[in-house]
Amino acid sequence: MDKYINTPITAEKTEELKSGDYVYITGTIYVARDAAHKRMIEALERGENLPIDIKDSTIYYMGPSPAREGQVIGSAGPTTSSRMDKYAPILLDLGEKAMIGKGKRSPEVIDAIIRNKAVYFAAIGGAGALLSKCIKKSEIICYEDLGAEAVRKIEVENFPVIVVIDKNGNNLYETAILKYSNY
Amino acid sequence: MRKVHTQEITKNIKEMCIEANYYLSKDMDYAMKQAFETEKSEIGRKILNQLQDNLKIADEEKIPICQDTGMAVIFMEIGQQVFFEGDFLEDAIQEGVRQGYREGFLRKSVVKDPIQRENTKDNTPAVIHYSIVTGDKVKITVAPKGFGSENMSRVFMLKPADGVEGVKNAILTAVKDAGPNACPPMVVGVGIGGTFEKCAILAKKALTRQVNEHSHIPYVRELEEELLKKINGLGIGPGGLGGTTTALAVNINTFATHIAGLPVAVNICCHVNRHVVREI
Repeated sequence: MDKYINTPITAEKTEELKSGDYVYITGTIYVARDAAHKRMIEALERGENLPIDIKDSTIYYMGPSPAREGQVIGSAGPTTSSRMDKYAPILLDLGEKAMIGKGKRSPEVIDAIIRNKAVYFAAIGGAGALLSKCIKKSEIICYEDLGAEAVRKIEVENFPVIVVIDKNGNNLYETAILKYSNY
Repeated sequence: MRKVHTQEITKNIKEMCIEANYYLSKDMDYAMKQAFETEKSEIGRKILNQLQDNLKIADEEKIPICQDTGMAVIFMEIGQQVFFEGDFLEDAIQEGVRQGYREGFLRKSVVKDPIQRENTKDNTPAVIHYSIVTGDKVKITVAPKGFGSENMSRVFMLKPADGVEGVKNAILTAVKDAGPNACPPMVVGVGIGGTFEKCAILAKKALTRQVNEHSHIPYVRELEEELLKKINGLGIGPGGLGGTTTALAVNINTFATHIAGLPVAVNICCHVNRHVVREI
């Protein structure tokens, strides 16, 4: 089912999202991947604040290619989420409500999704040129030295994603395969 | 003897890095269009359709097809009658990669050290495989490799008694485990035989073979066809969201091996299977 939602994605909104829904997101989201997650968690361990407003936030696991002059951003598709599995439960417990990436998640992340009424979306892997068109603004907010891995705040418009794991822990990667599996 | 200036190598490699990242090769493009025609799942067709739009935008607006523009893998097949003049060949190759990734607005995804992880900021070094062949030409294959799928690749050191069934199981296991992480529909490159490192290089080279071409060895061709059918029966589908198109091709290369061994490498590539070949 096609749904249109605006950020912030709150627990009220994740209530309505079911595994398998096709969702178009509009609003502000953060971008962070491996090195940025590592730094954010290290900051927390030192007792420092996070550089992003984590409550009801959406984090997109992505590292864009460089923008040409006049472009908002370069190619901007999702990276593999499992590399963020070590860090995601900590951020979810602090208030992160939605993650966008691609690929499987660990049982610990799925537990944290259920515990926090969060949601895991997949964007289409390898569709970086298409997805860049839905990004209307982009600014680096910290860790600029990480290059493509810097933390960004972006404005998206009708950014297409699919609900893979909903707040009840239903997992589309497991259910959808069964339907077409004859091996 | 034929003289080739290394400036020519730099220039070609630069252009090939850019070309590989903006345009899918004809064989892959055709396979992607065919997949849209035959896919049974509705969501799978929707994804394949969006991937077609993605290719169109990349082509028209000169944006990389995927933001992971890869670590550059380069096969250099050098005719033994070639004499290189100019810079040291390896420097000329790395310079081509450096220029291509900078001028093409491609992502710099390479870190200098695997543990310390400082970005080199120019996507060098490339991984280069040299071989000396007959003749006076230089055949260059540039295959930038994304790591979503590279991370899902495997080497299995099977026993001779495992036989062809063991090989099939190894390939299916790797593909099943890769699932949505490898950005299906994927291309599966397989190397069978040789040694530990040889089978991995065979698998990588297999990914650069056109997806509509089969092995010339009859039993290997049959194995490629059988495995493609079995993989597409796994149900993983486009984006791993269920469907009948999990792989576009299975390309297998074989090599002699030791009486005690049966090495199998499975190198998985996403649907952005980039390979550009030039002969100079």
